[in-house]
Amino acid sequence: MNQLTIISGKGGTGKTSITAAFAYLAENAVLADCDVDAADLHLILNPAVKKTMGFHGLSIASIDKEKCIDCKKCYESCKFDAIDKDITFNKDACEGCGVCKYVCPEEAISMVDRDSGFAYISETRFGPMSHARLNTAEEASGKLVTVVRNNAKDIAEEKKKNLIIIDGPPGIGCPVISAITGVDLVLIITEPTLSAIHDLERILGVANHFNIPAVVGINKYTINKDNSRKIEQYCKEQGIDVVGKIPYNVVMTEAMVKGKSVIEFSDGDLANRITDMWSKVKRRLFG
Amino acid sequence: MIISIASGKGGTGKTTIATNLALSIGEVQVIDCDVEEPNANIFFNAEIKEREDVTVEIPEIDKEKCNYCGKCSEFCAYNALAVVPSNVLVFPELCHSCGGCAIVCPQNAITWMRKPVGKIEHGVTNGVDFYQGLLNVGEIQAIPVIKELKKKVVKEGNVIIDAPPGTSCPVIESINGSEYCILVTEPTPFGLHDLKLAIDVVRHLYIPFGVIINRDGVGDKKVEMFCQTEKIPILLKIPHSEEIANLYSIGIPFVKKLPEWHERFTELFKQIQEEGGT
Repeated sequence: MNQLTIISGKGGTGKTSITAAFAYLAENAVLADCDVDAADLHLILNPAVKKTMGFHGLSIASIDKEKCIDCKKCYESCKFDAIDKDITFNKDACEGCGVCKYVCPEEAISMVDRDSGFAYISETRFGPMSHARLNTAEEASGKLVTVVRNNAKDIAEEKKKNLIIIDGPPGIGCPVISAITGVDLVLIITEPTLSAIHDLERILGVANHFNIPAVVGINKYTINKDNSRKIEQYCKEQGIDVVGKIPYNVVMTEAMVKGKSVIEFSDGDLANRITDMWSKVKRRLFG
Repeated sequence: MIISIASGKGGTGKTTIATNLALSIGEVQVIDCDVEEPNANIFFNAEIKEREDVTVEIPEIDKEKCNYCGKCSEFCAYNALAVVPSNVLVFPELCHSCGGCAIVCPQNAITWMRKPVGKIEHGVTNGVDFYQGLLNVGEIQAIPVIKELKKKVVKEGNVIIDAPPGTSCPVIESINGSEYCILVTEPTPFGLHDLKLAIDVVRHLYIPFGVIINRDGVGDKKVEMFCQTEKIPILLKIPHSEEIANLYSIGIPFVKKLPEWHERFTELFKQIQEEGGT
């Protein structure tokens, strides 16, 4: 089974639109939305949820005020400023380490599960999908990404699918690393802006750091053709394949508005170029 | 006044708003808290005059004292320590620096060493006192870098915080303590969906907020309709324009070329000051 993650460094370059198009083009894939912070793939794939699982991230401290003797040991020991001097807890700041519970002489503190969100297994018109919803202001999105990926793997094994297509989060930190570790290929979607080029360099650094093969796709390349050439040149120097260049086209947004993948929506140039990009990616994955 | 710029969805124009607003009002501190992918300085071009490392504490095991009892790894909520018969393995990137392992160690065999995870950079340009954080490539935890960065905020003055995308811990850490939050979105289904998530976050933190619609004219009208129904102020609409997109692509803040926007951002700032009650 192969795994492909679509990432970008910079947000808003078109990861999800391209993932949705690949979902249409791939014949035997499981789809996984690992942008658990701001998941959007379901807006195109319109999944019918088959199974919902509660997700508990890091645990959280809970204090029994009846037992508390106000010794302030927990306040003094907490490295996350999650406990005030008057021993009130700040839920958002708690990282669930358990130090307060350990130092409390009165056993007034317990660590409890926090309801951090939900993981879903669904069916879509393009095949099975694993996705999730992180509750507002919850931590541990990296952990939830791992849950989504494990669910996707289970489905792939069960249904004999040979590919998992993962829609990744923006950035280069915890959830991104969780979304790319151990995958067979990352496709980095960039755009010809200085910001995106800067972010491309950083995300390529991450892929290299974890020894994950990477290819690049340039979206909206017509916005600035000079910058597009710079990206191609840069990729050439780095030995990275550019698997496709997609022009700016309002069709991309129109398809999104209709809840369709670009290829379902239009059979024009844009669809052809994405189809061509997909065949190059497929060749890299399956030889 | 501390104003943060956030979005839920990435790539909606947070940095565009942060930089153009800053250049329009002048004499302002700008803190780029998108430490994973900081881009504001592409538009400011501030010469970086100062750099400091951000470090976190990670455990160091004194192998002379350690008796491999395994209490540290048993306690660690993050699986950052593993004890095997004659060794203790530390996985620094998993460590949250809670200090628990040292507290539970019966042999006092654990001390702390500092490990760099990122940098803070400072420069001044065009009346902007600019700070940015950079998470080192390969590091997981953005929070310690954002925490250090936020210590640079001078509350008495005007401060603009450019937040990372998303809705989880790095966003909370960045915008917490702001007196107003501008949520930047685009008029598309993805934009609307993620705007709603971002609104949950700012409401959770009790921060007054308003919305800027960027690339107005593409997509549909549902963001606008949603804001009207929910009585959320639409602070500004920036039209979808090839000229603005092109200026962005080459790192030029569009207020520099389109002076009418200079005025609009100045007005916007006044409006926020009034709404924010300062």
